[in-house]
Amino acid sequence: MAETMKTSIKGGGFLLEEVEASDVFTPEEFTEEHRMIAKTTEDFVHGEVVPVIDRIENHEFDVSRELLTKAGELGLLGSDIPEKYEGLSLDKISSTLITEKFSPAGGFSLSHGAHVGIGTLPIVFFGNEEQKKKYLPDLASGRKIAAYALTEPSSGSDALGAKTTAVLNDEGTHYILNGEKQWITNSAFADVFVVYAQIDGEKFTAFIVEREYDGVSTGPEEKKMGIKGSSTRTLLLEDVKVPKEHVLGEIGRGHIIAFNILNIGRYKLGVGCLGGSKRAIELAASYATERKQFNTPIARFTTIQEKLGSMAAKTYALESSIYRTGGLFEEQLGGLTEEEQEDGSKIAKGIAEYAIECSLNKVYGSETLDFCTDEAVQIYGGYGFMAEYEVERAYRDSRINRIFEGTNEINRLLVPGTLIRKTMKGELPFLDKANGLQEELMSFMPEEPGDEPLAKEKYLLENAKKIFLMGTGSAMQKYGEKIEDEQELLLNTADIVSEIYNMEAAIARTEKAIGQHGVEKEAMKLLLTQVICEEGLQNIEADAKESLIHMEEGDNLRTMLSMLRKLTRRTPVNVIAAKRDIAERIIDKKKYEV
Amino acid sequence: MNIYVVMKRTFDTEEKVEINDGIIDEEGAEFVINPYDEYAIEEAIVLKEAHGGEITVVTVGNEDAEKELRTALAMGADQAVLLDTEDLDGEIDHYTISEMLSAFFQDKEYDIILGGNVAVDDGAGQVAPRLAEKLEINQLTTITKLDIDGESAYIERDVEGDVEIVEANLPLLVTCQQGLNEPRYPSLPGIMKAKKKPLETLDLDDLDLDEDDLEAKTRTVDRFLPPEKDAGKRLEGEPHEQVQELMSLLKNEAKVI
Repeated sequence: MAETMKTSIKGGGFLLEEVEASDVFTPEEFTEEHRMIAKTTEDFVHGEVVPVIDRIENHEFDVSRELLTKAGELGLLGSDIPEKYEGLSLDKISSTLITEKFSPAGGFSLSHGAHVGIGTLPIVFFGNEEQKKKYLPDLASGRKIAAYALTEPSSGSDALGAKTTAVLNDEGTHYILNGEKQWITNSAFADVFVVYAQIDGEKFTAFIVEREYDGVSTGPEEKKMGIKGSSTRTLLLEDVKVPKEHVLGEIGRGHIIAFNILNIGRYKLGVGCLGGSKRAIELAASYATERKQFNTPIARFTTIQEKLGSMAAKTYALESSIYRTGGLFEEQLGGLTEEEQEDGSKIAKGIAEYAIECSLNKVYGSETLDFCTDEAVQIYGGYGFMAEYEVERAYRDSRINRIFEGTNEINRLLVPGTLIRKTMKGELPFLDKANGLQEELMSFMPEEPGDEPLAKEKYLLENAKKIFLMGTGSAMQKYGEKIEDEQELLLNTADIVSEIYNMEAAIARTEKAIGQHGVEKEAMKLLLTQVICEEGLQNIEADAKESLIHMEEGDNLRTMLSMLRKLTRRTPVNVIAAKRDIAERIIDKKKYEV
Repeated sequence: MNIYVVMKRTFDTEEKVEINDGIIDEEGAEFVINPYDEYAIEEAIVLKEAHGGEITVVTVGNEDAEKELRTALAMGADQAVLLDTEDLDGEIDHYTISEMLSAFFQDKEYDIILGGNVAVDDGAGQVAPRLAEKLEINQLTTITKLDIDGESAYIERDVEGDVEIVEANLPLLVTCQQGLNEPRYPSLPGIMKAKKKPLETLDLDDLDLDEDDLEAKTRTVDRFLPPEKDAGKRLEGEPHEQVQELMSLLKNEAKVI
């Protein structure tokens, strides 16, 4: 695995080497089955869920439970569960598509997502044979619903600081759990909880806890700003006797499960945000064509076009980078033999490899969704503020995504943090590359890239990677381990890395599409990529400049800023014109279609 | 029971139709199983669940229609057949299609053939009735309820909003109307199984047909979209003034009175 992988497809490796388009999975490569699975999910959500969404929002959880059973009958709960345990063993692209297409279900998509994701996956990846046999068939069919209980009132971002305790009884047969888990999705109706507790106050361990056990109860339903259709309660554990066979994974190794499941959770959250962003564009584009002011559909005003163009560009960047990560996972996990699949440590390693990419998708996904729902409300004007319109709910539902599964701040910090850790462990040749670059930069002269499609974007991407190496290399040199105290620099670094990941995903996708259909037919993708790369480089330039000014001074600062200017020198793209063009196409289709 | 469904691939009902020089622009358009044919497929599956047997879905078209055939297989049909029109250079009409279908059915044993009431694209509703005539079997159109007992079928038909109850003997061809059933979604296990189910393509040679036998009986002269609706006109003033103006407009502008 990781040892023999080429650097460019290692987690974070894209920063150090040129990535070939052929190593990037793109949505244009969906198979016929992928499309059919997506359609079934879409039809189920629009046909069964959307008509009863008001009842779900109103906390009629028997409706949610019934819908989950129906989803189970269609196979929509079993994609990640092995066939051996009555699941479908589908590839990661299929389960990504299911998550994406569930988004218009609002809060219910959280019920579904928490069940198939953080609820079920700990058992799929880390359960032993007995546990899998006992729970997975029921979880695949929806006979039982799962929930995940990690957060506590006093431990959010600091998840390992959990206070819930587990003490082995005198007979040595059961652990006695005591504690309080907060904001547990699906808690009103879940049957199975994956609960984290400290054994002997120090061994962080995961347990499978059934709702039926004495001492398990839930608090009142929380009153939330959004995602009201999902159940959120406190899980109370009072002297709960949990059979010792219900320890999930190894004692004291609960963090391995927690962090890997969070990685997957973050990726899937990004996927859900992609579905939501597309929906926001669809709503906004339809409304803008119908709504007239000054005798003109507002879609004809370039102010509105600028909004739609920006929404589409961000969504294209997100979609390209989400499926890029999906492809990496599929490559990594789909390649495991059945035997290896049974081995939690192999799975954990596969998932951990792409921790950086998962965080990037989470942060960019949630911020894109916030941007798109915010602009959608703006396009709706006063009507967007009224509860009878879907965008009002979409706007409220969006906000939590920047907070849960690790706040965006924590996830940003994880990006450089993981890079540094990987470098220290010798997994990534970061320091070699950074040192090599210093000499190269001394003699660097900006070039004028050719006229062929994407030539400029590729050139910008290459320079963006140099800016990343230059800035991060200097920061490491200057601060060493103390870099941890310079959080603003770390956040800026994460943003630069994010832009690079998105630019590269968009370029690779568009390059593949042009290779297949020619520039003329893929004009939309080219426009979107041009906007993404131009704006991406502007953001990178601003972040890098701010960081350099904080880090350096005097001549050194002047030298580095001049280097930055050289690396960002380009003939800029006319973003206004490009966004008008993009918007025209979105308005014509009344939806996001590239 | 030998159950057959004749199916058509049509434009997605939500697609915006664009016409260039009398030809519908299919570039980038989404296609689906004709919604009425979905009722036929669903009813076939219900029949199979009650009586056992095998379901074959047949369509006339080109290889693009394989996608819709796979969807039918994913819903629960057992096998699919594509009658390929690739060898046909000229125009294809309902005559051509029903001739190809009847050639296919010549050597088949069938208890029931189900089709949609009409296709949502051209709305002709010709192919299934033509096929029944050609095969010389009973046919009932626009059915909303179907029960089969032995060799007899008990059927309710939608007759312009009223209901007609009919009994008929098998073999029988029926066309399905909205209200007959709720088509199921192809389940994920169904989708995965569909990959392995047989999908056969037959060309004119296989059907023992000659291109000349299939020449269309009709010629499409032109196609055009309905004219764009102009903005309405709001009449102003007191009610009696509005009435007067309306009268004058109806007389002088619309010239209807």
